[in-house]
Amino acid sequence: MTGVERIEAVFAKARAEQRAVFMPYQAMGYPDRARTLEIIRTLGDVGAELFEIGIPHSDPLADGPTIQTATYTALMQGATVKDCLAMTRELRAAGMTQPFCAMTYYNPLFAYGVQRFVEDAVAAGIDGLIVPDLPPEEAEELEIACRHAGLATIYLLAPTSTDERIRYVASHCTGFIYLVSVTGITGARSELPPDLADFVMRVRKHTSLPLAVGFGIATGEQAAAVAGMADGVIVGSALVKAASHEDGVTRVAALASELVRGTRAPALA
Amino acid sequence: MAVSPAPQPKLNYAAWPDESGHFGPYGGKFVPETLMPALDELEEVYLKSRLDKEFQAELDHLLRTFVGRPTPITYAQRLTRYFGGPRIYIKREDLAHTGAHKINNALGQALLMKRKMNKTRIVAETGAGQHGVATATAAAMLGIECVVYMGAVDMARQEPNVYRMRLLGAEVRKVDSGSKTLKDAINDAIRDWVTNVRNTHYLLGSALGPHPYPTMVRDFQSVIGREALRQMLDPEIGPGRLPDAIVACVGGGSNAIGIFHPFLEYESVRLIGVEAGGRGIEGGEHAARFADPKLGRLGVLQGTKSYVLQDEDGQIALTHSISAGLDYASVGPEHAWLRDQGRTEYTYATDEAALEGVKLLSRFEGIIPALESAHAVAHLVELTPQMSKDQVILVNLSGRGDKDLSTIMKELGSL
Repeated sequence: MTGVERIEAVFAKARAEQRAVFMPYQAMGYPDRARTLEIIRTLGDVGAELFEIGIPHSDPLADGPTIQTATYTALMQGATVKDCLAMTRELRAAGMTQPFCAMTYYNPLFAYGVQRFVEDAVAAGIDGLIVPDLPPEEAEELEIACRHAGLATIYLLAPTSTDERIRYVASHCTGFIYLVSVTGITGARSELPPDLADFVMRVRKHTSLPLAVGFGIATGEQAAAVAGMADGVIVGSALVKAASHEDGVTRVAALASELVRGTRAPALA
Repeated sequence: MAVSPAPQPKLNYAAWPDESGHFGPYGGKFVPETLMPALDELEEVYLKSRLDKEFQAELDHLLRTFVGRPTPITYAQRLTRYFGGPRIYIKREDLAHTGAHKINNALGQALLMKRKMNKTRIVAETGAGQHGVATATAAAMLGIECVVYMGAVDMARQEPNVYRMRLLGAEVRKVDSGSKTLKDAINDAIRDWVTNVRNTHYLLGSALGPHPYPTMVRDFQSVIGREALRQMLDPEIGPGRLPDAIVACVGGGSNAIGIFHPFLEYESVRLIGVEAGGRGIEGGEHAARFADPKLGRLGVLQGTKSYVLQDEDGQIALTHSISAGLDYASVGPEHAWLRDQGRTEYTYATDEAALEGVKLLSRFEGIIPALESAHAVAHLVELTPQMSKDQVILVNLSGRGDKDLSTIMKELGSL
């Protein structure tokens, strides 16, 4: 099975069971290497079916303060692209089977070498790529390499995306489309944007790909609301914040369980 | 007077970038999806404005009556004698309102937003504070809300400019992330823009960032080169001929591309950019993207593909320069491309050399240059011996040094 197929299978199963997929984000190397692995395994145990594997970058311009701090900490502790891939390889060796989507800004990937990164990522058990500062217009080389390797190319759509861009971006996506819930950067927010349902509907009109919504989702209630309109719920900053505490792993497990319950009980919009 | 006909240039430089915003392998649009529609809109509005006579006339009027253009060229007679070599002319962007070339672009973009875009708010980044002051000035004059992001380190070393911006009614927001300098200020300005893109224009201050910024900023700054070309050819004002070499400092590269661009087709004119050599190339404490083969490689930073100082893992390197305005890890994509074409060349001047440049220009010509511009002056020490007495050099003096007095005092001590 290719990465694309593994991701598709997760969404197909959730669709059949009339629920959404919970997809947590983990900044690799935060709070430290050992706890990164522990947190990902814990998230898998409580019901995460798909992962966003955050490879740190020095200049994360789509991220809010929480993820900025986490990835900066990871870098200061010596996190490298190579070691991030080594960690996913270890998780695979330990028996984790959920698809992993690497999230990285373009420069670390480009510096690693596009072709080489794709090959090494596949070997390390990565199934898809999310590169927030790489629109399809600039991604030809990466897309060719990913198609060849069966790796999913997951692009983002935003509330500001025009219908024309929705069609264009969707035509380059495989696996699923990442919908940015708000006009803004990552970070937990107390409420979902009021126009989210309209945005999801607008994208739905143009594609049959699964749609996962991220940015700003922090509670089980919000997860349930998003599950009522989309196929996947992506949570980053809230989990990173939970992980920052002394008893981080326990807190992550508690929050993740709440989020999983939300995604399994979609609220009717 | 007649402009001497340009010999057939190797390339039609004016035709670049291509439609997708690339200069060969450089440039492009590397931004989050949220911003893509805003960039498309900006490109459309900007391209239309280039052909809009009314808009161009209003901008031209403001440049003359508010900025004080054209800025003169000055023959540096004593400096010429000191070097005993080619005649040195200076393009006086230090005499533009707010004391640097930055106002040309700030006013152009602010006017574009005010007249052609349905937006009410401007965000900008600033390193030395010159672009921040220029933006705050344009915003005040046109009645636009203005927020400027500035690294905590830069706020400390450019304190007078922080006060100046606040006096002009802008809100200055301190950036405490990363290296707390220009790069981090740009990150935060982009984050603000991503969040408020529906009512906010990002007034980027250098020939950097995603398309169409490198082109738009170049065009607004090309007024420097257009004036200089006319002035140099006018025997009443200048030498009555083309210069043999033009020297400009290069951070992002907006003053350099501004003076270079109208001269590109005159292939006899050497175009020399001077990067910040900081404490020397070997130790890595510099901002010389082209001079350091170990750290300076093709990469993507803040929306554009160009030469970027970075480590093996693609993490952006910390830079150092005595001048906040040159202290940046990447360089405008058009510079990288022109360098590949062999049309422009790049060298560097260290902090120490730049301070020497400050002293030279101050004592021989009565002009205190900005530390950024002093890098261009410093290169004369190397360049003049390579040239003959009857040749002509034009230096772009991008800004005045008042803002740098505290740094200069600290470095040079009592005189």
